[in-house]
Amino acid sequence: MAVDWPEQIYRELLAADVRQVAYVPDAGHRSLIERCQADASMKTISLTSEEQGVAMLTGAWLGGQRGVLLMQSSGVGNCVNLLSLPHECRIPLLMLVTMRGEWGEFNSWQLAMGQGTPAALQAANVLVYRADSPESVAETVRACAALAFNSGRAVAVLIGQRVVGTKSFK
Amino acid sequence: MATALKRRDTMARILAARGDALVVTGLGSTTYDAYATHDSPLTFYLWGAMGAAAMIGLGLANAQPQRRVLVITGDGEMLMGLGSLAAIGAERTANLSVVVIDNEHYAETGMQASHTARGVDLAGIARAAGFAHASTVRTADELDSLLPSLYGAPGPVFAVVKVVAEPAAIALPPRDGAYLRSRFRAALLGEARAVE
Repeated sequence: MAVDWPEQIYRELLAADVRQVAYVPDAGHRSLIERCQADASMKTISLTSEEQGVAMLTGAWLGGQRGVLLMQSSGVGNCVNLLSLPHECRIPLLMLVTMRGEWGEFNSWQLAMGQGTPAALQAANVLVYRADSPESVAETVRACAALAFNSGRAVAVLIGQRVVGTKSFK
Repeated sequence: MATALKRRDTMARILAARGDALVVTGLGSTTYDAYATHDSPLTFYLWGAMGAAAMIGLGLANAQPQRRVLVITGDGEMLMGLGSLAAIGAERTANLSVVVIDNEHYAETGMQASHTARGVDLAGIARAAGFAHASTVRTADELDSLLPSLYGAPGPVFAVVKVVAEPAAIALPPRDGAYLRSRFRAALLGEARAVE
């Protein structure tokens, strides 16, 4: 039976006491977003651009709540300057990024940002980890949540396109 | 349209009425003026991250629903984060107010005219985005009558305060971000949770 990795992420977020879930919609995160929306203990906030989530979760943490930022790899580029906020203020930030522009990609327009995602994050002082199998997603999210919230650092989990599934245009 | 309001007097009037409100200030003049007129550990001063102020306010307001959260920022900073007005308007966050101290210029970079000097109506944008109240004020009387709604009306509240484009005496708050966040959390949540 296939691993329900979005359900496992949801359980890890619950265990980490995540209360604010900021997202720009993405097909790879669709199931996780729906699970979070159905949970009264979590507030889900729809952003119009990903960098808003970096700012919003800074405010959430200042106010005593933990959050998570869900996005696709194309959104990482939008975040770059505002990632100076968690870096300078040493505020925890957990980013879960579903990858495009790699495994079996059809849309060549996704390649530039998808292939550049790890370097862009690292240039902005974000610690980067990858999960490239469904079985490894939950433990990677758990470890990265612990790292972010225990050390006051920005941490990204890149969920490989091999896990998410290559988008079909047929 | 003409205004007689000065930026630092305006900030002093707004912050004198803050009570227990939590305040976030945008980089540049609003950070300097908030520090010069009413420093508080419950003011989070931004020295960078242009365009972030309103969304920091949203996350803070959601985390602290019993407290009023007031974002005070400049026209250039708000213009860079225009999309956040859509995010906040859709959320209908009741305890959040955003005030733009609008001198119609980029004072920090050489006083270039901003878009609000050329017809862009920030209050109109906020109203269209779903803010419960949105207004533009130009006089001391209008500012005084705005204050109760900034701190008390069901939000989100948005206000533009037009001010004269002129410099003020230099006043620089601490700029170490980790210090500013720790003192904010210690004042709001207690020393034990300043860092966790």
